[in-house]
Amino acid sequence: MKTGLTLLAALVLAAIAAPLAATWLGHDPFLPDLFNRFEPPSATHPLGTDDLGRDLLLRLLYGARVSLIVGLMAAAAATLIGTVVGLLAAWRGGWLDATLMRFADGLLALPALPLLVILAALDPAVVGLPRGEAAADILRIAALLAAFGWVGVARLVRATALSVLARDFVRAARALGVGEVWVLWRHVLPQLAAPIAIATALAVGGAVLSESVLSFLGLGIAPPAPSWGNMLANAQELVFQAPLAALWPGLAILLTVLGCNLVADGVARRR
Amino acid sequence: MIRLLLSRLAQIAVTAAILSLCAFLLIALMPGDPIDLAIAGDPRLTSEDAARLRALHGLDQPLMARYLAWAGTVLQGNFGHSRLFAQPVARLLGPALWSSLQLLGLALVLAIVIGVGLGALAALKPRLAPAVQGLALFAQAVPSFWLGLLLIILFAVQLGWLPAGGGGEGGARFLILPVATLAFAHLASYARHAASALATAMAEPHIRTARAQGAGESRILWRHALPNAGVPLLTLAALDAGSLVSGALITETIFARPGMGKLIYDAVMGNDFNLALLALLVVAIVTMLATLAADLAQRWLDPRLT
Repeated sequence: MKTGLTLLAALVLAAIAAPLAATWLGHDPFLPDLFNRFEPPSATHPLGTDDLGRDLLLRLLYGARVSLIVGLMAAAAATLIGTVVGLLAAWRGGWLDATLMRFADGLLALPALPLLVILAALDPAVVGLPRGEAAADILRIAALLAAFGWVGVARLVRATALSVLARDFVRAARALGVGEVWVLWRHVLPQLAAPIAIATALAVGGAVLSESVLSFLGLGIAPPAPSWGNMLANAQELVFQAPLAALWPGLAILLTVLGCNLVADGVARRR
Repeated sequence: MIRLLLSRLAQIAVTAAILSLCAFLLIALMPGDPIDLAIAGDPRLTSEDAARLRALHGLDQPLMARYLAWAGTVLQGNFGHSRLFAQPVARLLGPALWSSLQLLGLALVLAIVIGVGLGALAALKPRLAPAVQGLALFAQAVPSFWLGLLLIILFAVQLGWLPAGGGGEGGARFLILPVATLAFAHLASYARHAASALATAMAEPHIRTARAQGAGESRILWRHALPNAGVPLLTLAALDAGSLVSGALITETIFARPGMGKLIYDAVMGNDFNLALLALLVVAIVTMLATLAADLAQRWLDPRLT
């Protein structure tokens, strides 16, 4: 738990400090510098440079901003939708519960990646989004990932909410004439903090991973905006010239997912 | 059992129908149809020609009518033509599916064998349990496409021992790296679940009885504990089917291995959406059938589940 939180905090700090590192090193991570292509690691370029002479460390740090923001946004949206759906299904029961859970089961049974690939390839202009801008890409990918990510949260929330709703203090509150919304908000939701925290932590890791896969395939965040996924795609084309460039972005993804899993494990063990 | 099977099959059919409808509508709503592409390729086509061609191919019909016509032909077994590969879609799907199933099957067997082996190690030698848990936690976090990339760099580019990609009829050498990549990504969850399932199974009274009767530790593990731990592992296999298929698809794309994943990716990239749609449907149906098979096997192993 502590290791996981430390890891994630370090990654977030690194992402926030990216512009500081840029001024300190004195490079622009977006500006090509064709006289310094494929530089080996040195004091001025701690991780070397890529095929356009851009500093790899700085691109890694700026990539952290993109990848982590996509992951956090997707996980936040997935948690919100999943909590509402799970709570609603557990509270109402009956046909609403059955419909929602059948839908969730159907979505869960499908292989997510080919679906994501096809959805990510659809033209964003159809739904009125601008094409090819980094901010629009980030929103689009986060929305797509949230559309699949809520299922896990909803199932976990529903299962726990069902048992909480059957407990005596909920019946006592109802007997005292407390309104249903207040019962859910004040009495049920706080009991769900641990499963929601676990599901969110897992969702952040999953979203960071999925974003990197989509960007790696060229369907996520489009260059020149750096993300860990599209840096790896770039590195794949340059395995002969710069084999080391493939190491760092993957390591960053690994540490992020590891941090999230450790936090989820820690919360689960505390319960 | 028969009723369960029928209701699950019906559920799969409904899911496939809804999926195909949603995907069809999304694709049809995109700007640009095959006629637009034809116009772009031949400036002599006038707008009257385009309208005539649209009417000829039924593209002027309402969306629902187009979907029903498409679904009708597909159900009759006519999958149409791939614009990208200039071949009937059915002839593309067969070999691709076979190649994907080879990769999937080998990786699944390898992941289960190594995963259960590690889990057994952790359950029998508590001293080693933290190391196995740590390894599993690490393996679960490794992005599989990155691992594939690193393996290519090490074994294909630097050492030159194995091919970096390709395959199909190429034989076993082309399978080693993709299978290793995919198996590593999935061995972690099997190891973790096998460890906990075996630990639970080993604490059961019938194990104590077997031990009291003088059965050896390895016999206890294989004959008495593993069959009981098999049920939770099958549950995991059923839950994991979707992510295993997803993993196979990305692994294929990295290693440029002809299979369903690469077919879907190429079709999407080449704007061949009929092919992408049908390949997606085949993958989804195969995944759901695999989940169903794991579910049934689980019920067969443990009749208490109904």
